[in-house]
Parts: sequence; structure tokens; C-alpha cells
Amino acid sequence: MKRLFPILSIVTAILLAYALYEALVVAPADALQGEVYRIIYYHVPSAWTAFLLFFINFIASIQYLVSGKPAAKSATKWIVIAIGVIGVIATFIPAVQQMLPTGMRPSAVATTVILIPAFYFLIGKFFPGDRLDVLAVTTAEVGVVFCTIVLVTGPIWARPVWGIWWAPGDIRLTSTLVLWLIYVSYLVLRRFSNSAQTQMLAAALAVFGALDVPLVYFSIWFFRTQHPQPVIGGGGSMDPRMLNVLLISWMAFLCFAFLVCWSRFRLELLHREVEEAYAMESLAGSVAGVSVPLTRRAQ
Amino acid sequence: MTSIWTVTLATLKKDIRLEWRSKDALNSMLFFSLLVVVIFVFSFDPLAEESRHIVGGLVWVGFLFAAVVALNQTWARELRNQVLDAYRVSPAPANALFLAKVLGNFIFVGVLEALMTPLFVIFYNLRVLGSAWQLIPIAILGTWALVVNGTFFAAMSLRTRNREIMLPLLLFPISIPAVIAMVAGTTAILTGEDSAHFYIVLLLTYDVVFTTASLALFETILHAE
Amino acid sequence: MSGQPRLAVRRAKLERFCSQQHCPFGIFHPVNSTCIEILHTPRTQVTEAAKPAITVNHVIKQFGRFAALRGVTADFDAGRFYSILGDNGAGKTTLLRALAGLAAPTRGEIAIFGQSPEDACRDVGYMAHPSLLYDEMSGRENLRYFAGLYGIAGDSRTEEVIRLVGLDPALNRAVGQYSQGMRQRMSLARAILHDPKLLLLDEPFSNVDVQSVRAMVVLLKSMRDAGKTIFVVTHQAVLLEGVADEFVWMQDGRIVDRTASIPQDFARAGMQ
Repeated sequence: MKRLFPILSIVTAILLAYALYEALVVAPADALQGEVYRIIYYHVPSAWTAFLLFFINFIASIQYLVSGKPAAKSATKWIVIAIGVIGVIATFIPAVQQMLPTGMRPSAVATTVILIPAFYFLIGKFFPGDRLDVLAVTTAEVGVVFCTIVLVTGPIWARPVWGIWWAPGDIRLTSTLVLWLIYVSYLVLRRFSNSAQTQMLAAALAVFGALDVPLVYFSIWFFRTQHPQPVIGGGGSMDPRMLNVLLISWMAFLCFAFLVCWSRFRLELLHREVEEAYAMESLAGSVAGVSVPLTRRAQ
Repeated sequence: MTSIWTVTLATLKKDIRLEWRSKDALNSMLFFSLLVVVIFVFSFDPLAEESRHIVGGLVWVGFLFAAVVALNQTWARELRNQVLDAYRVSPAPANALFLAKVLGNFIFVGVLEALMTPLFVIFYNLRVLGSAWQLIPIAILGTWALVVNGTFFAAMSLRTRNREIMLPLLLFPISIPAVIAMVAGTTAILTGEDSAHFYIVLLLTYDVVFTTASLALFETILHAE
Repeated sequence: MSGQPRLAVRRAKLERFCSQQHCPFGIFHPVNSTCIEILHTPRTQVTEAAKPAITVNHVIKQFGRFAALRGVTADFDAGRFYSILGDNGAGKTTLLRALAGLAAPTRGEIAIFGQSPEDACRDVGYMAHPSLLYDEMSGRENLRYFAGLYGIAGDSRTEEVIRLVGLDPALNRAVGQYSQGMRQRMSLARAILHDPKLLLLDEPFSNVDVQSVRAMVVLLKSMRDAGKTIFVVTHQAVLLEGVADEFVWMQDGRIVDRTASIPQDFARAGMQ
């Protein structure tokens, strides 16, 4: 483990540098926006990373909520499987295909839907018990950072191109803002709660937030159809070379996010181990104030 | 377990009786609502052309502020002598308590809205250009949306260090789709430019989703130490 | 029941006694048969089942870094009156709350009449230092509401229980205006409303006047005689001398001793 981290750091640094080079030099200039559009290679991968991290947080929170109750746990498992199966089948029905936003291929939607049960079982397998909550905290914090990047780069991009900082009807940016707000409130709850069940409360909030997101999307979507607004992100298809750079950029960001999450995860584990040690000491009853030395296997 | 409806009704009746007796909260809330409307009147000129388009927003923001102040004292009486412990120890179902509190808040906030609405109508010379009856489902569903999540988050904030600020912190982000629907729907009806049909459906979906989620998770929240 | 004619005579005498407000226990009781039942119920022979009523098995309760209960293991029998004593911070309140189902143990198990504390809620009555009552309602209204939570219909049980603790059901004052003694007695009434088999009382006597204390002790004693199991956490052990069957001593989150009576020097030291 200890050797892997520096290696991965170097790899990530190289990837990020490469992605930067590709974004600034190799990718062609945009037909309409010129060179300004290049911020997209920072803006969009951050958004995808943030969404992925929040999605992992959602899965981890659900699993944490049902972890103590076997009946709820098996019910959730079957619901998740059902979602996966129905979702994939639904994307082949024409009526459903019409409802998809323009530019989204049904196969892409099917792949996304199948990820839900996939993530559910993977996370359940690799993060038992309390580690689910550690994962939830980690992904929430790192997700908020990436989400902040999205919300900062968005207006920076919008201003020179469209002359406005913010368009309320821009569905992606506004949804991201609400997501950011929800997760900041999640972190605030974790910070200020003095309950023994903070983790449960936070998990409940995460579930509420996740249920909220599609509703946010639909409410803004309909609002926009009634009141046409400028779209900052830019719709339509992309030049394949640009798409290529975008994906490279995303890979680099994912590696970076993975590194940061890993560090944060280990930090949180260590923190909990220290707390556990203190609790153990209190349990054993310190005699004459002698504190138990904390030893830990060097890893 | 004792029947959920019996306990809900008993708790609701008790809350209404207590509220009616002291009338402290009610009176100060009514006055606060009036003040909110007046502040808006001075901040957003009623005679301006644009006012008709933003009044929907003003009304619901006013309701939101009044609701938050009302929601913050949802559990105040239960906290005072640790009455919640007595409830937890009894076989009464947790959801009965939750439903009773939500219904009580719904009535309370409804009363506040009933006071504020005529004031808005008067100060802003409101005329409904669209189909007025649609305002009723929007008002009911919108108020329920605020109140069901508000009661749930008020229970969550009981275990936090800064209880009063925690409630709006948690409530506002989650309520955004409901607020959009309420405001846009009300504006659509007032200006008569669009149909509020979609927003009513959206509010209904929101209410169903979050009422279910709250009922499923309230017991966990109640028993958090 | 043997000696029925004698009982009738004593009943008549006591009726006169109570009505003249000369009740020997210093409590004013309105005339009713409940008063007589308290004084005359013969001590029920508790048929001991092989399994103890309440088992606490290696219970550990931690609040973050602080361990309130550090491995408590004990068996408690039905129909006995236990007094839990110890310094502040010994874990008495935590143990009681764990038994009541209000504080889930971090580790270990508790079984009350064979069930978990949450499932046994119908058989458990809990009373704490806060009154657990609504200050703005009268005693009767409070109890009526809590009776509804337990599915008890009608007013008869409510009024009976208020009389049992020596208060007047017709009193219309809000509980917030009661004296501490009255409030604790009403809180006890709430705890016994559903006739629980196990009573958990946390510091019921602190800041309470002597008359109320006596009323409560008498009632508790009679309930123990009727076969209920009673736990009382108190600093004032002396009050329960001769009443409690067993004194459970706690220190630093563990049970350190169980005695049948208070040691002489302890009582003499006037430890409160």
C-alpha cells in the first residue's frame, strides 16, 4: 500500500500535465467561441467527477442506513436489482427513448443505469460496516471540492462568452448549485451534530438529497421550456477530437480524485482509530492517570 | 403497538389545545407575518410594472420565512421536560408523533398563510388572470412540502449544537424544487401566461416522495441519542 | 383470602381513619377502596421462575471517548426492590436508561422478561428527574394523553393512578405550577399508568418534600408487594432502608457490590 501511493501520485501528475497539454495545445479551437472554450476541459470533468463521488456517497449512505436491519437490507438489495433490470429494459422502449434529453443515446443511459446495482454490490463488498460511513464522508468532502470548481469555472466561462455570469434557467449549472448546497448542508450537519448517531442522521440527509436531485432537474427543465434561457454549457454534438481530450482530461481528474479520496479515507480511518483507542483507554479505566501508549503496526 | 391513527389524533388535539391556550407563539407569529409582508411592500414597489411577475415569488418567500420560524418551535414543548423520552419509552409508533406534528404545523402555517394572503392581495392589488382555482392545490401541496420536510429536519436538528440555524440550513436546499414549482406555478396563474398543471404534478410527486422518505426514516431520527 | 371478617372490620376502621385525614402515613387520601388495598394487600409470594427477570450481559456504553458503563453483568429477579447507589458519574443513570431502551448499549445485551428493552416497552415504566410531563396541561390532561399512547381508554385508570400517588384528580392547575413534590408524584403516576411489571425510577426523591417522599415510598413498597420489580436510582439511600430488598453499588461504570442493607457506618456518615 505504502509504495502504491507515491507511484500513483507520479502517474496522476503525469496524466494531469498531459491532459493540460492536450487541452491547451492539441485540441482545436472552437468554431464559435475561439480559445475561451478550453475551460470546458476543466469544467466538465470536474462536474462528472463530482457527480460520480456524490453518487457513491448516496449508495454508501443507503447501505449504511440499512446495515443494521436485515429485512430492510434484503428489500433494498432487490429494489436495486429491479432498478437495474427495469432501467436497462426501459431504454429500449420507444416511448421512454423520446423522453430522454437530446443528445443522449439510449445505450449510454442503459450503461449508466446498470452502474447503480454494480456500484451497490461493489461498495457493499469492499466497504463493510463502519467503512461505509467513512466512504460517505470522504466522497462528500471531495465531491464538494470538485463541485465548487464547477460552480466557479461555470461563471468564469459564461462571462466572456455570453456576457452574463449566471443564467437561472441553465439546467446543469443550477442543478449543480443545488447539489452543492445539499452537500454543504450535509457537511455542516456532520460538523455540528452532537448526537451519537450523527452518521445515521447524515446518511438520512444524503438519501433526502439524492431523492431531491431528479426533482430539481425536472423543475428547472420545465421552467426553462416555458421561459427560454441561454444555455451556458453548450449543447449539441462535439468534434471527436475535442471529445477525446475531454475524456483524457476526465481520466486525469478521476485519478486525482481517487488519490485525494484515498488520502482522506486513510486519514479518517486513523482518526477513528485514535478515538477508538481513547475509548478503550477510558473503558479499561486508566489507573493513576497513566495513559495507554498508542502503538500501531507500521504499514 | 397502539393504533397509529388514535395516537396521531390524540397528539394533534393535544398540540392544538396547548397552542390555543398559550397563544404565545400564535400571536407573535401572526405579527411576524404581517411585518414580513410590510417589509416586502417597502422593498418591492407594488406599482411597478414588474411587480406582477415577481409577486408569486414574494408571497412564497414570505411564507417560507414565516414557516421556518413556526417550524423551529415544533419540538420546543417536547424538549422542555424531556417529554420525548416518555414518548420513546411508550409503545406508541414514532410515525404517529411525526404525522401529528406535521399536521399541526400544516394547520399553523396554513393559518399564517391565510393571514398573509389578503395582505398581499391588498398591498399589491392582485388580480388573478389565470384560473384561480388552481391556486388551491398549489397552496396545499406547497405548504405540505415545506412542512413535512421542515418537521423532519427540525427533529434532526434537535441533536445539533445550533438548533435554530440548522433547520433552515437543512431545509432550504432540499426545498428548492418545491419552491421553484410553487413560485412558477403561482406566477403562471397570476399572470395567466401559462398553465400551472405541470407544477401541480411536480409538487404532488415531491410531496409523495418526501412524505414516504420521512415516514421511513423518522423512527431512526427519533431514537438518535 | 383468610380472615375476611377481620378484614371487613379493619376496612371500616380505616375508612374512618382516612376520612378523618388521620392516615398514619401522613398522606391525605380521599375515601376510596384503593387506599385500603394499599395497606392491606398481603405480600404476594413471588413464584421464582428459574430464569431471572432481567439480565444485563457485559453491557458497555460509550459516549465518544467517555465510557459510562464499563462491562456491567448482573441478573435481577422479579418482584424485588433494587436500589442503585453510587457517586456521580458512576453510570447509574446510564444503566437505567439502557434498561428503559433509551440508550442502546455499545456492546452487550439486555433482556427484560426475555425481550429486548424496546420490545418490552409495555412492561416497563420509566421516571426521571425531569418530569416528562407537559408543563402547560393539568395532571389529569397529561395522564389522559399518555394513557392514549398506551391504548388505555377512559378516565378511570387515570384518576385511580392520580389518587394512588396521593394527589387530587380534580386539581386543574397546570403541572408547571406544581411544587416539586407534586410534580414528581405526577411523574410517578405517569410511569405506573399502564401497570408495568418493571419500574425504573431515576432520582425520584431529589428536591422533594418529606411528605411526597413518604407517599411515593409507600406506594412503591406496595407495588413491590404486589409482585412488581422496582429499580430506584437515588443518592438518598437512607430513605429506602427497610424497604429495598437489595442495594446495588456502582462505581466507575461497574457494579462493585450488592448488599441486602446499607452498612452501618455508611448510614451514620449521613452520606446523602
